[in-house]
Amino acid sequence: MQRGTLRDLFELLSSMRFAISLLTVLGIASIIGTVIQQGQPYNAYLNQFGPFWFPMLERTGLYNLYNTSWFVVILAFLVLSTSLCIIRQTTPMLREIRGYREHAREASLRQFAHQHGFRAGIAPADAQARVLTYMRDSGFSARSNARADGGVLIAAKQGSASRSGYFLAHGAIVLICVGGLLDGDLPLRVRMALGGKASTTAGQLIVEMPESSRMGEDNWSFRGNLFIPEGRSNRTAVLRLGDGILLQPLPFSVALTKFHIEHYDNGSPSRFASDIVITDDASGETLSHTLEVNRPLTHRGVTLYQSGFEDGGSMLRLTARSLSADAALATTQVEGAVGDSLAIEAGKHPYKLELTDFRAFNVEDFGSPTQEAETSAGLAQLQRQLGSGAISASSRDLRNLGPSFGYKLRDAAGQAREFHNYMMPVEQRGAWFIISGMREEAGTDFRYIRFPLDDDGRIDTWFDIHKIFMDPRRHAQIAARFAQRSLPGADSATRERFVATALHTASLFAERGYEGVGRFIESTIPAAEQERAMDVFSKVLQGMVWEAWLLAREQAGLAEPVMDDKHALFLGNTLAALSDSRFYGAPLYFQLTDYTLRQATVLQVTRSPGKPLVYLGSLLMVLGIFAMLYIRERRLFVLVKPDGDTLVALSTNRRTMDVDDIFRHHAESLRARLAPASTDPLPEHTP
Amino acid sequence: MTELAQPGIHPAHAPHRDPLGWLYLLALIGGAGVALLRYGALMDGYDTAILLLQVPVLAAIGRHWAAFRPYLTAVATLSIASIGLYGGDLARAEQTFALKYLISSQTAIMWMSALYLIATGAYWLGLLTRSAFADRTGGALLWSGTAMGTTGLLVRWFESYLMGPRIGHIPISNLYEVMVLFCLITALLYLYYEHRYATRKMGAFVSLIISAAVAFLLWYAFTRGAAEIQPLIPALQSYWMKVHVPTNFIGYGAFSLAAMVGVGQLLVERGVLASRLPDPRVLEDVMYRAIAIGFAFFTIATILGALWAAEAWGTYWQWDPKETWALIVWLNYAAWLHMRLTKGLRGTMLAWWAVIGLLVTTFAFIGVNMFLTGLHSYGSI
Repeated sequence: MQRGTLRDLFELLSSMRFAISLLTVLGIASIIGTVIQQGQPYNAYLNQFGPFWFPMLERTGLYNLYNTSWFVVILAFLVLSTSLCIIRQTTPMLREIRGYREHAREASLRQFAHQHGFRAGIAPADAQARVLTYMRDSGFSARSNARADGGVLIAAKQGSASRSGYFLAHGAIVLICVGGLLDGDLPLRVRMALGGKASTTAGQLIVEMPESSRMGEDNWSFRGNLFIPEGRSNRTAVLRLGDGILLQPLPFSVALTKFHIEHYDNGSPSRFASDIVITDDASGETLSHTLEVNRPLTHRGVTLYQSGFEDGGSMLRLTARSLSADAALATTQVEGAVGDSLAIEAGKHPYKLELTDFRAFNVEDFGSPTQEAETSAGLAQLQRQLGSGAISASSRDLRNLGPSFGYKLRDAAGQAREFHNYMMPVEQRGAWFIISGMREEAGTDFRYIRFPLDDDGRIDTWFDIHKIFMDPRRHAQIAARFAQRSLPGADSATRERFVATALHTASLFAERGYEGVGRFIESTIPAAEQERAMDVFSKVLQGMVWEAWLLAREQAGLAEPVMDDKHALFLGNTLAALSDSRFYGAPLYFQLTDYTLRQATVLQVTRSPGKPLVYLGSLLMVLGIFAMLYIRERRLFVLVKPDGDTLVALSTNRRTMDVDDIFRHHAESLRARLAPASTDPLPEHTP
Repeated sequence: MTELAQPGIHPAHAPHRDPLGWLYLLALIGGAGVALLRYGALMDGYDTAILLLQVPVLAAIGRHWAAFRPYLTAVATLSIASIGLYGGDLARAEQTFALKYLISSQTAIMWMSALYLIATGAYWLGLLTRSAFADRTGGALLWSGTAMGTTGLLVRWFESYLMGPRIGHIPISNLYEVMVLFCLITALLYLYYEHRYATRKMGAFVSLIISAAVAFLLWYAFTRGAAEIQPLIPALQSYWMKVHVPTNFIGYGAFSLAAMVGVGQLLVERGVLASRLPDPRVLEDVMYRAIAIGFAFFTIATILGALWAAEAWGTYWQWDPKETWALIVWLNYAAWLHMRLTKGLRGTMLAWWAVIGLLVTTFAFIGVNMFLTGLHSYGSI
């Protein structure tokens, strides 16, 4: 009874049905894993799926699907199933490979799809010798069996190695899966469970991390990252596990002398390389090496790869300029390294400035290939496609925007906005700007504010205008001067109305920029007159800003600017930036004035004990597939009965069309040898 | 049914009775010799090994498939002519008539596109009017297109070095280049089966998938400016690319061919075009052979990819979307082969399966790059 159940279980586990079911589940799971991006920070998933779905998907392990327990269990069952299948097939397969089936009955030969009968003109013993010779010459190995009735059966086979393909390919699956399991998270998790280790959260200092999150140096299977700034060294790799991390000490330390990035003329990177020095713990020996992409280095069983680069703490010198509306803050100088968190006073409010990133190059494409394609007609377009592949048919316009840096400004309540500022000015529509990007939430797009450059190529003028124009206490003064200049001879009532309008406009604008003005127009002015009203409002705004500019010049003891096209453009851009500044969400703008670059390299460090198994498995897989598909197993039988009745039959494990020809060829050749006089037609097609 | 000549034992041309065969062999040996003498000093061990290995491989192909010889000769002649006309100056592509309108890389690829599209028309004309002449024309056009396309890729390879020694690389590094490769490999595989089974009647269907690829190629070049040679980013600067990519495309090409033959088989089974298409047994046989060869090469390609990934990304397998989809494609055809070989399944079911397999393959080839993010992003549209 129990024996029967076990046998049933064995039958089930080793069946192809079971294996295919497993593979189907595995395939569907894998597809899900390609749709949900794997191994992201959990916050990103929370944003993507929302608070309802996030914990559910987390529980099913969809964020690290290929290492979840259920996926690994299925994989383990696949290994088991394939192994059992191999065990089950071994005996019959070996019998198949070794055997000649020289005891086959005539009745079973008559069942073959390919058979042909004729009457031999020679004695069975003679026939046997001729058939054996023919078989040997045709690449068969043969065995003959004298039958009780005085006849003889010659059984021949070729291509039995085809069957070994089965063992090779299926054994390969087992090897590859076992190797893969050894290189996955499984050994790490087992080790953690046995050693009482637990992962910890990212974002702490390495020295502060608990001992329970440090793996031993004897760990033989891991994959982690090693972060090394220029001029420093590191011997602790960081392993990611789910949303947490573990520390992996290495048996050596790696120092980074210099990190190289080279570019092609078009701005795309051509080379990443790290000059490293490895110092062995045990022997103290050092090894200098330049690590490049696609050229890993294996040292003491650990393989190092050039995997990425980051900023390693570049020194940034910043000018903090006030964007505050109520209290103008003094312009100050700030200095800090990327990775630092600096305390900043903005008026009465304390802020934390967290310098997160610095990039020395920013290559961006300003071209729009589709636009140009639309403008030219068919033949001209074709003409452009002809010629060498070197000549650009697109209107790619790659420009290096120069250095940029990223930071977060965190207020006392812990709320932070993220900023991305460029150092160099950029030209857009005939004017030059310094650009700063802001976003409230990670993962969203940056919104950019463009500070226009003045005649001296600086952004100081804009900030001077901002300081005067955005201060409500000065609106009265500006409005009065604006009225004086626009309506020199008007009576006081007209002038008062004018001043009131100007003040109202300025206060609307100071609050919410163009959006505030637009809202006011939409809610109070009839639709038909809105356009005209907008025109009036923007004239008033321009006049006010112009006045603010004149005031700023006066205060600085400078001459009055001339109103020309260039200054009109500047005025318009100034207004746009003033409007955008209402949504900047920070009292200070940090302008990058100087920097000292320090890069860091990110190396991947691995120990993968399963690799040789996987590689061996891969080799066996290829051999197995070629053996199964391209070595053709054929069995040819010739039965000569005492009365001369002869039957030729062929069996094969691959029924392709050429088998018909091959059978005809053999049947004809054999008949020619055994019954030269026979003229019976051979069958054209076999059923 | 004389046209349905039996495949199988085509006695290969005995070399001693085939002077052209000898000439072909001599040309191969001579070409390799000249290359070795002139450029041997610049080649590393792999380069030399590949160059020397080419001789027996190309000789064997030419021996079993005589039509391959004029193709290879044409490709060699046109490529060398093009390289000669360049004379080391890229600007000649715009000045020399023969380069601008015949055999510079982009022009040759445009010729390939045009010839493939006309070949498709010819095959369909042949199918619908039962015209053997139209069929022969289709075959000749397909061969010509393949010769032009191969020349285009080889010249493109040369041009990339003219742009600068640091920029030069084999032209299989982005979606545009591999799309050309896909057309060429699919066409060559089909032409081989055309010879092997002595029927041109499958051309109408197989040329459709080639035309679809050409349409994509043209759209990609014209609206996205994709034809421009781009230098290699560091991750792609590896010898593995040279073996991984072409091997993969033998797989993709063979699977596509099998699917189109499967479409033909499904139609024949429903009585559509039944008298004009080959016997279902032939279609089934071609389908099996294409999937078998595709599967074998796809396996090798995936393994080569894993070996490369181990070098470039630090691990041979990390469930990147492209890798995962390659596995799904592999499992799909592994199951197909199991069904045919061990369960003895035949007919409609397998034909449908091969057709649906093309959808999976297409997604793995293009869809992954369009819809999913991963490490194979240099193939993105």
